[in-house]
Amino acid sequence: MFEGLPLLSLLVWLPVIGGVVVLLTGAQNAERARWFSLGIAAVVFLLSLALWQGFETGVAGMQWVERNVWIAAFDIHYHLGVDGISMPLVVLTAFSTLLVVIAAWEVVKYKPAQYLAAFLIMEGIMIGVFSALDAILFYVFFEAMLIPMFLIIGIWGGPNRIYATLKFFLYTFLGSVMMLIALIYLRIQAGSFGITDFYGLGLPLNAQVMIFLALLAAFAVKVPMFPVHTWLPDAHVEAPTGGSVILAAITLKIGGYGFLRFSLPITPDASLALDWLLIGLSLIAVVYIGLVAMVQEDLKKLIAYSSIAHMGFVTLGFFLVFRIIAAGGDQSGALLALEGGMVQMISHGFISAAMFLSVGVLYDRMHTRMIADFGGVATRMPIFAGLFVLFAMANAGLPGTSGFVGEFMVILASFQAGFWYAAVAALTLILGAAYSLWMIKRVVYGEVKNTQVAELEDINRRELLLLGSLAVIIIFFGVYPAPLIAVMEPSLAALLQIMVPTL
Amino acid sequence: MKMIYLLIALAPLFGAAVAGLAGSTIGRENAHRLTILAVAVSAGLSLWVLYQHVWGSAVTFNETIYTWAMVGDLRLEVGFLVDRLTAVMMVVVTTVSLAVHVYTVGYMHDDPGYQRFFSYINLFTFAMLMLVMANNFLQLFFGWEAVGLVSYLLIGFWYKKESAIFANLKAFLVNRVGDFGFLLGIAAVLFYYNSLDYVEVFGAARAAPELTLSIFGTEALVVTVACLLLFIGAMGKSAQVPLHVWLPDSMEGPTPISALIHAATMVTAGIYLVARMSPLFEFSETALTVVLIIGAITALFMGLVGLVQHDIKRVIAYSTLSQLGYMFVALGASAYAAGVFHLMTHAFFKALLFLGAGAIIVALHHEQDMRRMGNLRRYLPITHITMLLATLALVGTPFFSGYYSKDAIIEAVHLSDRAGAGFAYVAVLLGVFITSLYSFRLYFLVFWGEERIDPHAREHMSHLPRYVLPVMQWPLILLAIPSVVIGYLTIAPMLFGGFFGEAIYVAPANDVLALLSEKFHGSFAFALHAAVNPAFWLAVAGAVVAWFFFILRPSLLPTVNERFKLIIQVLEHKYGFDLLYKEGFAGGGRLLGRTLWRVGDQGLIDGLIVNGTARTIGRLAGLLRGAQSGYLYHYAFAMILGLLLLLTVFVANWRGWF
Repeated sequence: MFEGLPLLSLLVWLPVIGGVVVLLTGAQNAERARWFSLGIAAVVFLLSLALWQGFETGVAGMQWVERNVWIAAFDIHYHLGVDGISMPLVVLTAFSTLLVVIAAWEVVKYKPAQYLAAFLIMEGIMIGVFSALDAILFYVFFEAMLIPMFLIIGIWGGPNRIYATLKFFLYTFLGSVMMLIALIYLRIQAGSFGITDFYGLGLPLNAQVMIFLALLAAFAVKVPMFPVHTWLPDAHVEAPTGGSVILAAITLKIGGYGFLRFSLPITPDASLALDWLLIGLSLIAVVYIGLVAMVQEDLKKLIAYSSIAHMGFVTLGFFLVFRIIAAGGDQSGALLALEGGMVQMISHGFISAAMFLSVGVLYDRMHTRMIADFGGVATRMPIFAGLFVLFAMANAGLPGTSGFVGEFMVILASFQAGFWYAAVAALTLILGAAYSLWMIKRVVYGEVKNTQVAELEDINRRELLLLGSLAVIIIFFGVYPAPLIAVMEPSLAALLQIMVPTL
Repeated sequence: MKMIYLLIALAPLFGAAVAGLAGSTIGRENAHRLTILAVAVSAGLSLWVLYQHVWGSAVTFNETIYTWAMVGDLRLEVGFLVDRLTAVMMVVVTTVSLAVHVYTVGYMHDDPGYQRFFSYINLFTFAMLMLVMANNFLQLFFGWEAVGLVSYLLIGFWYKKESAIFANLKAFLVNRVGDFGFLLGIAAVLFYYNSLDYVEVFGAARAAPELTLSIFGTEALVVTVACLLLFIGAMGKSAQVPLHVWLPDSMEGPTPISALIHAATMVTAGIYLVARMSPLFEFSETALTVVLIIGAITALFMGLVGLVQHDIKRVIAYSTLSQLGYMFVALGASAYAAGVFHLMTHAFFKALLFLGAGAIIVALHHEQDMRRMGNLRRYLPITHITMLLATLALVGTPFFSGYYSKDAIIEAVHLSDRAGAGFAYVAVLLGVFITSLYSFRLYFLVFWGEERIDPHAREHMSHLPRYVLPVMQWPLILLAIPSVVIGYLTIAPMLFGGFFGEAIYVAPANDVLALLSEKFHGSFAFALHAAVNPAFWLAVAGAVVAWFFFILRPSLLPTVNERFKLIIQVLEHKYGFDLLYKEGFAGGGRLLGRTLWRVGDQGLIDGLIVNGTARTIGRLAGLLRGAQSGYLYHYAFAMILGLLLLLTVFVANWRGWF
């Protein structure tokens, strides 16, 4: 049905244009701006489903490709396309934005039209990041993403938002400048800005290492990996609920996506040479950050730290591949690691969105995020409590939820690299349960703590729609992850072939 | 058959979903009707399945239900393996569950969370069935964690109670420590045997029993490492020392689930696991020795703690720990069938003990302290009789079910030549005395002697039309029947008749039950054999000692307590495990987390590097800012200075002065 349409362009530009329209016309009539934004977000989400529906599973290469000259003088193209790695992320982006628009409905009272416009524009840019196949186009989207998020936190954020936005901006900007240099170098080597043209250049190891480190600076900050993670808790704490959802669900994934699209295929030898570093940092994220998450007093900080720990599994899975091969593992073992990391990204998108929306539900009612201010929420909000416990369990990697799938795959794979990798990674079973469920104990269970809790009202229909749909998805992919894995497998197998040609 | 197995597993899931999601719509009555019907369907079909497997034409069923994921060549599936071992477990799980469901109608009668409770216990039945029916490690782990989840939800069912929500967190975390090992065990299995399917894994293990890996700098058998890791999981779920600490605290949950989850079914998952994995464990002498010794330690030392408990449920909980230890001793001695046999008999009489205790607790208006009971046989005759029968079964009275299963274990260990078997034999023999002592202590304190009932509870009792509702009595009676007779009826086929067939593998050299079968001449003779059996006389001794101190001469008790003060204190502190875990691990973990956060994140990364860089740049900028004063003459002066400097350089260069 959509074969003839430039679906990706629609996915990128429809929300951007829609956002601009909302920005220009919505200031007078907030209600109209809401409905219009909802319409745009819903159409984009449906289009992303059409993208999935028209996506041919079993094909490794790029699909839905569009390629036009953009700046001829510099050989820069408007070049879009998705494969099994980026397509799920595009759908995730469209879905998360829809959630954010619904979540903002009655809640955001200060400049609602501008708020919604920022998220719509952000959506288009993020889909652009995932579907750009020209390095400069990617870079433009990658940098452009900072602006709406900067505004979202800076305008609708908490009391300490200036510090948080600056920290967020400088951290990420410093990283991406390094990347630009690497991209230009690669253009000179490859004779084109096409990202896939950068693959298999056979660059010498020291050049690869320089490029790898430059890319690492950009992507490690985004993921974020230890020790460049400290911007994330601050950004989350200050960001409005929608900002946190998008930050956690999508922008962190751009780091992981960068490793798959750039670092691993462009600099496979450097990835191999430096895998000890990435694996080490990932394991630190799992254990160190897990411990830090446990002692947080602010709900959002706790979830932010738990995000970092979960993203540790993503990078762990990606970079374990070489160790698995070296330890005599076969293609299945390596794929288990790569796919585990990728599944973890998607699943974390849903779970972190659910967690931050849940905190948003509490914050809207109590205007506090401090764990100590809560207690006995279940008494007043039984439906919410049930959902929140489910999300916490998913966060702790309970089988039957999507949170289990990626961690399970990565832990199984890491055993193939060596017992100790698995032993350290599996500590997440204990740590994840400790920080998730201790938080639940203090917030949800117990006697009603104070008069504010005593006056809480359970979630309304809009909130039930948001959290309920996430619950259904989290359980669905926990019980039946096969379709998700089938979509990504050919592309990841092709990536594996580039990383380890001898396999 | 596939449809029947699916129906058995999914009926309770359906009940749980409806009662959980639409509980307030359908109301209390319909919620319990639906969930009870669901479990009744499962139980009825499970009995039929067992019948078909024993007397009918059913063969081992091993099929995939659906493919969970495909990763390269690796197929991760959900599927069922139903053989006689599974069928026995299914019957135990569903029948006890059914009894508990019915009982709950009375026990939770006034509770506002009525529908939620029924939803949870239905869900539990589903999860437990998924666990025992799995044909692969992935689904096993799913069931394993899912029963843990429901256990967590049910221990914390009364979520306003601080002790309950402490206990459920503790239970989940301690279980996660076990699961840590369990998951690594699964990873080891996948790596070395290239599959997660039971049959394929067992085949691969049998084909390469000598496979080694290097760990801790030494070479170890793969099968040993895998079995020990899996056993860590079993220790968590089945509450073996040192991961036993959660089970006594789990008594904070409503009593029906103590009977169902924390006595009869979930805690026996570890036993089932080891029995199911017998084709692996049989290749590892080391792993079996560890199982044997851990089981023996638990059997003896946890029974001892039961002696000093005053809470009726905690006495039974420590008894459960101890009996689980017996089962592991059987497994460790390669007498897997005896372990499963004891699992089955124990499920009935221990569930009965808990449900009886629940009846007492309800009658006394939520009184659990045995010091405020006594002489209750006058008020609760049926509870009294059924609990007496359960007690007799537990202590191993000849002809009662517990006698057959426990004696088989003791005899099997006696015959075993495995390292540690001597110690285990002594431990389980002493354990018999201890079991009898705490069991009859409970029995006499509760049902005999003087009435020590609290006035408040007596007031409550006087208002009751009857002390126990019929709906709570029927399950007691129904459970009492197998508690008495099932051992007599089934010992011959289950232990000596090759009942489990292919499901349990025992290497010929390890087959102690085969040795035992030479001395077995029928159930009746086996029971008469008690007269020349030290275990029987130890049980009698325990009962006599309990009778002496709690009925005949209670006045002597303070003197005895004084004399054994030190030991009693050690027992009352449960050997210090709780303190160590709470202060050492939980406290230490929090301290470490806080230190890393304050020193690492806030001190080093943010303080020194991020904000430090910002400060340095700020300071530099401050210096430069001084140059931009805004006064024209400053700028003019700087321009002239610069111009002069450039001119000097230019001239100097031109003249060749450099």
